[in-house]
Amino acid sequence: MMGRTIFIDPGRCIGCQACVSACRECDSHRGKSMIHLDYPDEGHSVASLPTVCMHCEDPVAPCAEVCPADAILVTADGVVQQADTTRCIGCANCVNACPFGVPKIDLQAKLQMKCNLCYDRTAYGLAPMCATVCPTGALFYGTVEELRAERPGVQVADSFTFGDVVVSTGVAMVVPADKVQWPVPGGLPIVEVNGRTVR
Amino acid sequence: MNRLPLDPSLAPPGTRTFRDAGGIPADQWRADQDGETLVPTHCCFCGVQCGMYLRVDKGGKVFGVEPRNHDINRMRLCPKGINAYQQINHPDRLTAPLLRRSRDEPFREVSWEEALDHTADEVRRIQAAHGNDAFGLLGGASLFSEKTYLVGKFARVALKSRHVDYNGRLCMVSAAGANKLAFGIDRAANPFSDILLTDCLLIAGSNVGECFPVMTQYVWGARDRGASLIVVDPRETAIARTADIHVALKPGTDSAFFNALLHVVIKEELDDEAYVGAHTTGWEEVRDKAMEYPPERAAEICGVPASQIVEVARTFARAPKAMAWHARGIEHHSQGVENCLSVINLCAATGNLGKPGAGYGTITGQGNGQGGREHGQKADLLPGGRSIMNAEHRRQICEIWGIEESELPPAGTSMMEMVHQMRRQEIRGLIGICNNPFVSLPNYSTVKEGYDTLEFHAQFDFFLSETAANAHVVFPVTTWAEDEGVMANAEARVVKHNKAQEPPAGVRTDTWVICQLAQRLGAGDKFAFAGSREVFDELRRASAGTVNDYYGITYQRLEETGGIAWPCPSTDHPGTPRLFEDGRTAHPDGRIHMQVVEWHPPVDPYDDEHPLSLTTGRTVAHFLSGNQTRRLGALVEQTPRPWVEIHPSHGFRNGDPVRVVTRRGSEVFPALVTEAIRPDTVFIPYHWPVPTAANALTIDALDPRSKIPEYKVCACRIEPGDRIAEVPAPPTAPGHVAYPAAQVSRTDPLPPTSPQGRGTAERG
Repeated sequence: MMGRTIFIDPGRCIGCQACVSACRECDSHRGKSMIHLDYPDEGHSVASLPTVCMHCEDPVAPCAEVCPADAILVTADGVVQQADTTRCIGCANCVNACPFGVPKIDLQAKLQMKCNLCYDRTAYGLAPMCATVCPTGALFYGTVEELRAERPGVQVADSFTFGDVVVSTGVAMVVPADKVQWPVPGGLPIVEVNGRTVR
Repeated sequence: MNRLPLDPSLAPPGTRTFRDAGGIPADQWRADQDGETLVPTHCCFCGVQCGMYLRVDKGGKVFGVEPRNHDINRMRLCPKGINAYQQINHPDRLTAPLLRRSRDEPFREVSWEEALDHTADEVRRIQAAHGNDAFGLLGGASLFSEKTYLVGKFARVALKSRHVDYNGRLCMVSAAGANKLAFGIDRAANPFSDILLTDCLLIAGSNVGECFPVMTQYVWGARDRGASLIVVDPRETAIARTADIHVALKPGTDSAFFNALLHVVIKEELDDEAYVGAHTTGWEEVRDKAMEYPPERAAEICGVPASQIVEVARTFARAPKAMAWHARGIEHHSQGVENCLSVINLCAATGNLGKPGAGYGTITGQGNGQGGREHGQKADLLPGGRSIMNAEHRRQICEIWGIEESELPPAGTSMMEMVHQMRRQEIRGLIGICNNPFVSLPNYSTVKEGYDTLEFHAQFDFFLSETAANAHVVFPVTTWAEDEGVMANAEARVVKHNKAQEPPAGVRTDTWVICQLAQRLGAGDKFAFAGSREVFDELRRASAGTVNDYYGITYQRLEETGGIAWPCPSTDHPGTPRLFEDGRTAHPDGRIHMQVVEWHPPVDPYDDEHPLSLTTGRTVAHFLSGNQTRRLGALVEQTPRPWVEIHPSHGFRNGDPVRVVTRRGSEVFPALVTEAIRPDTVFIPYHWPVPTAANALTIDALDPRSKIPEYKVCACRIEPGDRIAEVPAPPTAPGHVAYPAAQVSRTDPLPPTSPQGRGTAERG
């Protein structure tokens, strides 16, 4: 069973971007935020959800697998680190490989950066900055047992489908109790390739 | 510093590039962990007052923030709280007094002596020619309680003027007035933690998710435990989206809705007869009036289904424990007090008071909106919430202040009324302390005219606000992190802010400036305070024995406990987190004085030319007039400019220029098209200066009792606009230049559809 990790609960997100500001304040990324907010129902409601690195376990970190410079380290405890500054060549392979659209490229530094689960904090037993401050608990850091103690009966998922591929992740999503379905469909349907409709 | 421009076209396909964080640019960001210290304090912004640590480096400068496990927020912070520290050492900070003899001249930096002497001379000149009341004082509710106490004392003892008021007048005075009428005490009845214990939570006119984000954890906590959530709001806010019942009523119809709820409660015999009989007065009249509001009639007024009204009434009244929390959405009205009273009537009739999980609360907008009026800063109040027109109360305070009762002026007028008095030259001189009426008051052209008519105007602030930029003298004062003092949050919990760094050279505390001015006006012996501690000790004594009793609260106790709710009459008293547990209110008879409420249409009438409702409110990244938050790049980036939120049925597309016309004027905003608003209502966030100011359009109609302006409803029309105006950069003192990065997004012609998640982006 999953250990201490981040749980994302879109039902609690208010779109305030405290996580975005908090990520900018943590000591890992020196003033840059590794979180973005997505709006799945734009124009119809204010629904929002934060996207952090899902720390893929199986297949292990697609971003790391495609890195030609071996710059992305996966630690023994399953945390997919941001690119090693001495190795990264800024090619953006990782950006294209990530099924969740997480890594970003700093064009000036020619460096990939992404959420590393606040390794500077979690290594000392602290929660990541985003999950610490999240005013609503849409980002929760802990074990699934701790989450359920606070939110009885909550259902979580840690595997997602992208076409025929199933990706298991270290970070989990809270899913509606009445719509439990594993794996959770992830990503957007492909509708066009090179200007050709493939739907 | 050379910074290469970021060219998005250079990005590899599919790359997400960084947008600059603004404020503190990314390459200037530093985390000096060696030898840093953490200073425990609270956020300077809203009425939740989250605990936080400020990170202070070896050189004694604040450089960051760290979450703090305080009882109120349990580590949580919103984006305002996280970014607040950036204003402490911001390059826009005022660091020397500014002076000019007329508004046609530029400001020049002068010595403190010259600025203080000139101000005192102008006070004496105006008062000698036109009487003491020709000089006024306007305070602020972001000040520590010690300073609000000093503002009230300075106006009455040093200026000897009746004209003192504060910007809390624009915040929660309707709730305060209603609470005082019904209960004889002006504060929320329950702590936030009671929300976790309720079975039904009704939130009226409060965008909790954006205005008080950290309070959401209590709302979600209640929901996790199975409580019903009812939200009354014309817009589908983040809280409304997940509510069991969202009542999207038409702005300005709240009291009709609440009267109809009471009607259903009475008709279906869901009222608590035993409680009403034992604890209330006025029930007969309230009941008779409620019977005039059947759900069908209210449905027509409010524009919601009658069946929904019945459902809400049943859900609230049948819950074993129910709570109602409200904010500016029902308070910013020409019937704001009545709206709040109609909520109180519902709570009282169903016996939902004085129990864990049952009661009411008003959610304070400003950090010290609650404490700001308790100690004499409001036109009609003396310290301890005493009435300035009550002979006994006057005598008590004169004794503490060491003046004759005949020297104490009578009650003054409210903030908006003072503006009209400025236009009529009844008030010719003014000192403003940490407020920004040019952005925050309604009907901008009237406000500008009033201030322009002043012969002399001085402002205290730490950034040059739009109002300060129009003054003759500007005093550079400290931020919350450079002084110590207390604030009372929305629960009436008094918390202590601690000093984290020394103020920049040239900056003084508000306390020092007020005392210096008092000395020059011949009242130095009454203002011999070295700092906040001495002022707080006098404040404690001045509040002793009143409803707002602070006597038992000391700095030491606050540091040990993390906060004490007043009343707290002795140093061994634990404070009073929950009111009315013994069934008694603060009225002499101990009963709830229920008040008859009649619904009136809003003051600005709808007609063929102005068929829609314009309503206004806040966004999560901005606070009040934005004098602080519009300078912090990360927050500017989140909400770079105001927009007009409209329903798709009007035929506009996202980003179209839309002219919004009211009887006060018109301005063009980019459209943000969304189904999350009523078709007959448009919304504009109201934190920006002209020509992007919702307050150039809003009406300055006032509630007759609380004198709060009617920000939340006026008649308007929308039509295709031409050019969308750029948001002006915040004013700065001569020689101060804001970070260019903070300006980046300000000219973006599109509304932040994606950051806000409300727009209809082109959908495949």
